[in-house]
Amino acid sequence: MKIFLTSSTAFALLAGAAQAEGTLSVYHWFEYIPQELVDKFTAETGIAVTIDTYDSNESMLASLKAGKLGQYDVAVPADFMVQIMGQEGMLDTFTPEEMPNFGNIAPQWVDVPFDAGRKSSIPYQWGSTSFSVNRDVYAGDISSLGIIFDPPAELQGKINVLDSQNEVLILGSLYLGIPQCSTDRAQLQALNDMLLNAKQHWASFGSDTAKDVLVSGDAAAGMIYNGFSAKARAEGANVEYSYPKEGHVLWMDNMVLLKDAPNRDNALKFMNFLLEPENAAAVTNYAAYTSGVTGVEPFLDDAIKNSPENNPPADATPGVFAQACDAETQKLYDAIWTNLKK
Amino acid sequence: MAGTAPKAGKEGGTGYRGIVGPLLLPTWVMVGVFMVIPVLLMAVYSFLTKEFRGGVIWDFTLAAYDQFFLSRGLFGDEPPRIEWTYISIFWRSIWQAALATLVCLIVGFPTAWFIATRPARSRAVWLFLITVPYWVNLLIRTVSLKFLIRDNGPLNESLMSIGLIDGPLPLVNTNLAVQLGLFYSYLPFMVLPIYAAVERYNFALSEAAADLYASRWVTLWEIVLPIVKPGIIAGCILVFVPSLGAFLAPDLLGGAKTFMIGSLIDEQFRGSQGNWPFGAAAAMILMTLVMIVLLAYARAQAKSEAR
Repeated sequence: MKIFLTSSTAFALLAGAAQAEGTLSVYHWFEYIPQELVDKFTAETGIAVTIDTYDSNESMLASLKAGKLGQYDVAVPADFMVQIMGQEGMLDTFTPEEMPNFGNIAPQWVDVPFDAGRKSSIPYQWGSTSFSVNRDVYAGDISSLGIIFDPPAELQGKINVLDSQNEVLILGSLYLGIPQCSTDRAQLQALNDMLLNAKQHWASFGSDTAKDVLVSGDAAAGMIYNGFSAKARAEGANVEYSYPKEGHVLWMDNMVLLKDAPNRDNALKFMNFLLEPENAAAVTNYAAYTSGVTGVEPFLDDAIKNSPENNPPADATPGVFAQACDAETQKLYDAIWTNLKK
Repeated sequence: MAGTAPKAGKEGGTGYRGIVGPLLLPTWVMVGVFMVIPVLLMAVYSFLTKEFRGGVIWDFTLAAYDQFFLSRGLFGDEPPRIEWTYISIFWRSIWQAALATLVCLIVGFPTAWFIATRPARSRAVWLFLITVPYWVNLLIRTVSLKFLIRDNGPLNESLMSIGLIDGPLPLVNTNLAVQLGLFYSYLPFMVLPIYAAVERYNFALSEAAADLYASRWVTLWEIVLPIVKPGIIAGCILVFVPSLGAFLAPDLLGGAKTFMIGSLIDEQFRGSQGNWPFGAAAAMILMTLVMIVLLAYARAQAKSEAR
């Protein structure tokens, strides 16, 4: 009832504001922005915000393709998906002059491979994907992806793997030291065989359950996103997140300006708002990943700022972004994934 | 024309002739909008060319069905042979669904019999108790089941504490767990139709059979089962069909290690593969299989009525 009252009050307020300043239509991941931050934006600008949510990059792309393009102003795709949407002509561009806070983007995130010079996107949050191990079960060395792909006896049959083609195949490729989007037959065959052999040691596939199985003890090790692992630790599981020597997967979610945005000016205002360090920090404190904005440190919670998951050791092997393969090559990787799960 | 209407009214049963069309309109709209058009769309999509990363190109092709039945190796340049990948996924789903149906029947029939033979007043209570758990969302019930059977869940803990087993039984992420999930999800769909059939059964027939020296088994096989058979068949279909497309139980309880039909199709539309025509083709093939089962039922019905 309370929720109903607050939201209807907010709605009444917004309706008034909306007439004055217009609206903004956001297409966003579920549970990825704190409501207080949205309310703050509305209070500052008088722009009413509506948010629709999705649960995967692919489903977002699919529904935009199926006719939703032109209804939303901004969306939040991951790195490789920014590149794909750019190739598909689904993004609008802006200039740094249109966004006063553009200079707040951390220097290393301005000239990114998926959107050189940041013409259509701004950083939202970034993080990494590798694996975590329950230290009560296994005390040995966890510096290699072999923990997942060639596990020690203590961990065999107790491993959860992300139910996500991209992440599993890239981590597998890193383990074997072969490049992404390879078309080399011997390499792909080796990847296929290695995964099929590793599967006998895996207990389950699950992405949204990746944290839960570690906390409950169903799995003693598992592929996981760094922020998700931090949450598992916060919930009492004695898990350690590894930055393996073979490398890990880096990902960055970005807010993009969509083509045919009905409220382009308001979209730019919102993106500018999110580049304000205090606001970027609010998202980080909520999502437990890392923002791509400079000057957020004073606004971060200590637990987030100092978490081992968010602060790789200085000598860690750098991570790699997922590459978007061309159609013919992607078909080979799709076949390997289907082989693995058939 | 106005003059013919009253006359038609007197020829029993045709009095609504003038308004039959409008009255049936909602039915036609329902069947058309929610069944015929979507199925036709799906059929058309299954013959289109896939667009990279979701969507279709309007070029007609058999590529989706070719991919389903024929394999050309990992790199697509070997001579075509039968593709067992998807057939085995379908076979596994069918096998799982059939087993779940059998288990539901074995448990459901005595349950329904028990309820139908209680006094009228307590029957309502028993039926009520059967349906109570189903007021809770299926997802929540499936997750709860996982909590119960996990390695450090209450089932394993209590079995270990009374010393029956030394280590936890590996239940979660097995086919047994999937079966348990399907059985638990769909049991009432078996109990309720059988109950309805048994309730209508005239127990004087059993007494007559006993008077004529029929053994209890003979009475069950020759008298009871033929009469309640429609209820049993209806129950089997109601359990088999949703089990066939289920993916909650395989994903959550079975660990999603292998595709089921449902998850295979889901992956084509939402996963990174984004192959809509193939997803539509797999759905069409699944629908054809279900149709065959239903037609077999209809024929069995017609036969038993003719007898």
